[in-house]
Amino acid sequence: MTVTLDGVPAGATFTSTTERAAAATRRRRLRIGLIAAGAYLTVLLVAVLWPAALAPGDPLAADPLNVLAAPDGSHWFGTDNLGRDVWTRVVHGAGHSITIAVAATAVAVTGGVLLGLLAGLSHRIADETLSRTLDALSAFPTLLLAMLFIAITGPGTVSLIIAIGLVTLPRHARVVRGLTQLVRRSGYVEQAVTFGLSRPRLVLRHILPNAIGPIPVLAVIGLGEAVLIAAGLSFLGMGPQPPSPEWGAMLSEGRNYLHIAWWITILPGLAVTATVVSLTVLGRHWQARLDGRHR
Amino acid sequence: MGRPPLRSVLRRVAAGVVVLWVAATTAYLALLAAPGDTVDTLIGDGVDTPQIRADIIAEWGLDRPAVVQYLDYLWRLVHGDLGRSYLLQRPVAEVIGEQLAPTLILSVAAATLGVLLALIIAVVTAGDRRPWLRRLSSGTELLLVSTPSFLIGLVLLSVLSFRFGLFPVAGGADLRALVLPTITLALPIAGLLAQVLRDGVDRALDEPFVLTARSRGLTERVVLARHALRHALLPAVTLAGWLFGTLLGGAVIIEQVFGRPGLGQVTLNAVTSKDMPVVLAVVTLSAAVYVVVNTAADLVSLVIDPRLRRS
Repeated sequence: MTVTLDGVPAGATFTSTTERAAAATRRRRLRIGLIAAGAYLTVLLVAVLWPAALAPGDPLAADPLNVLAAPDGSHWFGTDNLGRDVWTRVVHGAGHSITIAVAATAVAVTGGVLLGLLAGLSHRIADETLSRTLDALSAFPTLLLAMLFIAITGPGTVSLIIAIGLVTLPRHARVVRGLTQLVRRSGYVEQAVTFGLSRPRLVLRHILPNAIGPIPVLAVIGLGEAVLIAAGLSFLGMGPQPPSPEWGAMLSEGRNYLHIAWWITILPGLAVTATVVSLTVLGRHWQARLDGRHR
Repeated sequence: MGRPPLRSVLRRVAAGVVVLWVAATTAYLALLAAPGDTVDTLIGDGVDTPQIRADIIAEWGLDRPAVVQYLDYLWRLVHGDLGRSYLLQRPVAEVIGEQLAPTLILSVAAATLGVLLALIIAVVTAGDRRPWLRRLSSGTELLLVSTPSFLIGLVLLSVLSFRFGLFPVAGGADLRALVLPTITLALPIAGLLAQVLRDGVDRALDEPFVLTARSRGLTERVVLARHALRHALLPAVTLAGWLFGTLLGGAVIIEQVFGRPGLGQVTLNAVTSKDMPVVLAVVTLSAAVYVVVNTAADLVSLVIDPRLRRS
């Protein structure tokens, strides 16, 4: 689902200078938002690929003499109940959280594109069966369906990835199915058929590239949602198990010390929020560009 | 407002029933796919003799062909029999029934608050009258939908309960304990709904009928509330199914954060102890609620917008 922010409507003509100035201000503001999101995501990428560059310490190193220390110069984000540095854990935790979200989104996109293509190319009965199954999958609340899956497989990183991938798959499949049906009836595909192209070649070269147009944008926005679902599930203890510094798990551990040390819980939580906000801003901007609108 | 033709009503109801059937079947397949022997799960740490195993197989009807068991499951489901909990050895319907009330109260309160907030925000910030307010609310909405709901709850707990002692930290008994969980669950809903509603109001404000209304000398408030908002409600109605899913899923986590009794606790226990009949029942029930709400929303849309009756 796309929720558009206030923007300049497509094909708007600016009659007065004040309107033009207002549009310019809006664009500048959006650019600032985009730059901030890009900067945060760059830092995040560094944290995932090379955490030691941002936090050289060991995320599991306990310091019994320095437990529950409030944020200060030596510990930016304070320390937790075992004296572990929260900043180091947040930075190293990015690897866990982002990897889970990226892998889950990859599962969703791959599965969604395959199923969507299959449904879009199939004849009525097969298409109807697939589409109804996807409808049924999206009838379950995402979180509960993911929990059902984890109840079967047991908690852990891999089950978490597959569960999130599975519950976010239907939307990709639906988009690809719709576009496939549109594309296969278009003039150039019919022409390619008359030229006697083989079916696999037709699908791979002509239908697929045109049916997956909106998928990258959907994937970026879906990535943010995957981060959210992953945090929720591992908060409930269904993801990576402690002492692994995964964001949701950190929130769950820190919860018991909320009344004396808010930073153990709230600061990793803000990392989650900032990630999702940045991904959403990026995704929406990209979407707007695709729609041919400048905002 | 005319009556929608019977055919399009029936088509939507039939589609809902099909989705429900597929959902129930998916849930049943999940039960079959669960690793481990059902008999082992049922015995647990109890005495394990061939006689006991045979008794259990006979009692639960596990020796029948899979197709018969599946049809029996569907038959019982249609009659409201959700099976028996492995762990508690009680009918699942009973277990869920006991815990339904607190979750229902929380969900209804949160939905009401969320929808109200969204309506107010959308009407106040739509149009170009107060650009700074609009920016502020757009930013806040983005923040709310991007924050894990439990983090909102933890922040509220940290500030209002621990710092200022305004609300109880945990529990579900009195009304005061309901305030923070309700707000926590309502805020993300308000965030998303407000975006959709404002978008609709904005689009409606560009329509000729708004110009007509203004030219009739109606005040801006009446134009907004009576003409533009009504137009914006249609896309919001289609979100009703999503809303219920969010409420149910959200309640599981929020109840955990605030230590409230309810379906969340039941579900979580069932998931961690692999009590599949309970997990299946919760999941199937939530799918049923979603389908019913969605079908109802479809029918409401049919009534509101006659254009949808074609096709």
